[in-house]
Amino acid sequence: MEKVNLITSRTVVLPVENVDTDQIIPARFLKATSKIGLGQHLFADWRFDAQGKPKADFILNRPEAAGANVLVAGDNFGCGSSREHAPWALHDYGFRAVVSTSIADIFRNNALKNGLIPVVVDGAVHARLLAAPGGSVTISVEDQTLTLADGTRASFPIDPFARFCLLNGLDELDFLLAQEPAIAAFEKRRAG
Amino acid sequence: MGAVVVTGRGRPPRARVTRMKPRTMFEKIWEAHLVRAASADTPAILYVDLHLIHEVTSPQAFTWLREKNLKVRRPERTVATMDHSTPTTPRGRDGKIAVLDNAAALQIAALEKNCADFGIELHPLGTEGQGIVHVIGPELGLTQPGAIIVCGDSHTSTHGAFGALAFGIGTSEVSHVLATQSLLQQPPKTLAVTVEGTLRPGVTAKDLILAVIARLGIGGGTGYVIEYRGSAIRALSMEERMTVCNMSIEAGARAGMIAPDETTFAYLEGRPRAPQGADWDQAVAAWRSLPSDAGAAFDREEKFDAASLEPMITYGTNPGMGIAIGGPIPAPSNATAEKALAYMGLTGEKQLLGHKIDVVFIGSCTNSRLSDLRAAAGIFKGRKVAEGVRVLVVPGSQAIKKAAEAEGLDRVFREAGADWREAGCSMCIAMNGDQLKPGQYAVSTSNRNFEGRQGAGGRTFLASPVTAAASAITGRVTDARELV
Ligand code: SF4
Repeated sequence: MEKVNLITSRTVVLPVENVDTDQIIPARFLKATSKIGLGQHLFADWRFDAQGKPKADFILNRPEAAGANVLVAGDNFGCGSSREHAPWALHDYGFRAVVSTSIADIFRNNALKNGLIPVVVDGAVHARLLAAPGGSVTISVEDQTLTLADGTRASFPIDPFARFCLLNGLDELDFLLAQEPAIAAFEKRRAG
Repeated sequence: MGAVVVTGRGRPPRARVTRMKPRTMFEKIWEAHLVRAASADTPAILYVDLHLIHEVTSPQAFTWLREKNLKVRRPERTVATMDHSTPTTPRGRDGKIAVLDNAAALQIAALEKNCADFGIELHPLGTEGQGIVHVIGPELGLTQPGAIIVCGDSHTSTHGAFGALAFGIGTSEVSHVLATQSLLQQPPKTLAVTVEGTLRPGVTAKDLILAVIARLGIGGGTGYVIEYRGSAIRALSMEERMTVCNMSIEAGARAGMIAPDETTFAYLEGRPRAPQGADWDQAVAAWRSLPSDAGAAFDREEKFDAASLEPMITYGTNPGMGIAIGGPIPAPSNATAEKALAYMGLTGEKQLLGHKIDVVFIGSCTNSRLSDLRAAAGIFKGRKVAEGVRVLVVPGSQAIKKAAEAEGLDRVFREAGADWREAGCSMCIAMNGDQLKPGQYAVSTSNRNFEGRQGAGGRTFLASPVTAAASAITGRVTDARELV
């Protein structure tokens, strides 16, 4: 995995609560056997009409969203299915962080394994982000902070091990593989 | 088991049994699977007893295994089936189910190859053991009390009905389990959902769980494992318990569990993969120690009165937007709720009862088991589906299909004018050919009513099999109690 620490970007604001993984990437795009290129299907049914034409009023289709890689969304982002295709699609599209007042468990776990930072902030900070779409923010994984353009700083929680992996570009699987002796010992203990 | 502590100095050692802190069932299972406990820097490492895989969320995991030149550590602990992208259309003359979608065919071929290359048991399309992953696990007796069960699918919570700790994982974690039979996990919090009393006639397990989710909200269980408790839960059959645990994730809880009891043991006894003979007795004895100890502390508790529950139906675009079937549609309280009502074409509507529908879907890992089909057939028998309404009845597994046909349920459905299908996820998830057309309304026994879940532009009302069947007959959202 690539190392991830500082992200500085304008925000894209999607002020919808309970954005579920079926919206992030509809199921018909899960027939892929690779994770490459899923960004083209990100928010497919919100981005495109039935003929596949971009819907002009959807935020990602507006010029000001181009190049922004921090998504600010409503409460309970990423609920629903366990499809890792959701963070794959967001990351492939160019997003590096998702900011909300809460983020669903499985999505958060999946995101952290793919260099997409789940940032949970309190209602007051969230309200300021919603009120200033396109504003610049800086997210630091090391300091666990999100800094607004005016210098206001909010801290966010992140699992210490996931943080360590992000900062050092480590893959959790490699860590688990290194635990082989402990796993073998557990199996032996159980076989008793 | 009490820890034995030796005390006393200079005197003969005296054994004293210290009283252990009462533990929840979750804590017991968690602790019994710790390869390594969590530390300040690292999450716990949990050993996985049973890993279920299907064609959609596993291919990338096998690719990474190959890239890293890894083997599957315990192939005998992984079982594969095909369900999500597979068609459920009737078999051809050759007795085979044709897969016409190229991408789905590739996914199926990939799973076949991965299972063959890595030595994993596979239940291929159309074979006896095939079906929805959360239906076949219990059916085969693979799902057992006290186990940790994972699958790249959020409805893995279903298996918690047996007193297992079962939760959905992402594809990266699928690769972790394949390679190491272990997972890194942070301990969740515990939530007791206590339901006391007796459900009234016509109120089903589906209504119970929809009512729980309506109260908790779609994110209300985030960070928790739910244990369902109380007399109303104890009175449920295993199939009903699975319906309840299945939808735990719709309140944001990764797992839902119910303590094993005589109902659990009776269901499991004699199933092909359940312990047999002396092993069975030993297993049951161990399973009896699983229920939460008296006085065990939960981080939170929510209480429900079973007798006050009504048949439920959802009106919005998440499963938390549920109401009693005869109740009013709540006025939208914010922009998200307004958006949901607009999507559903219900802006300004007062109630759902009597709302015209186009499709009825009876199936999914929530409600596709034999008892669900029997309940629906009870409504269909001697009646006809309303003109213009399309009805799909999709058994959860090939075994259920066979059992239903042996009872003649398929004939009841066909004579009423419904389609009787092969086993699979079908219209629960619009990726296998079964889907709603834009704007269509469906009453569905599945678990998700998200925008487009059953087809782009489709609109889903989630309800029980009897509500779905009754609505099929009238062509409108119907309280089944009016038909009986
Ligand atoms: S029936 Fe639906 S919810 Fe269940 S596993 Fe299949 S797609 Fe998922």
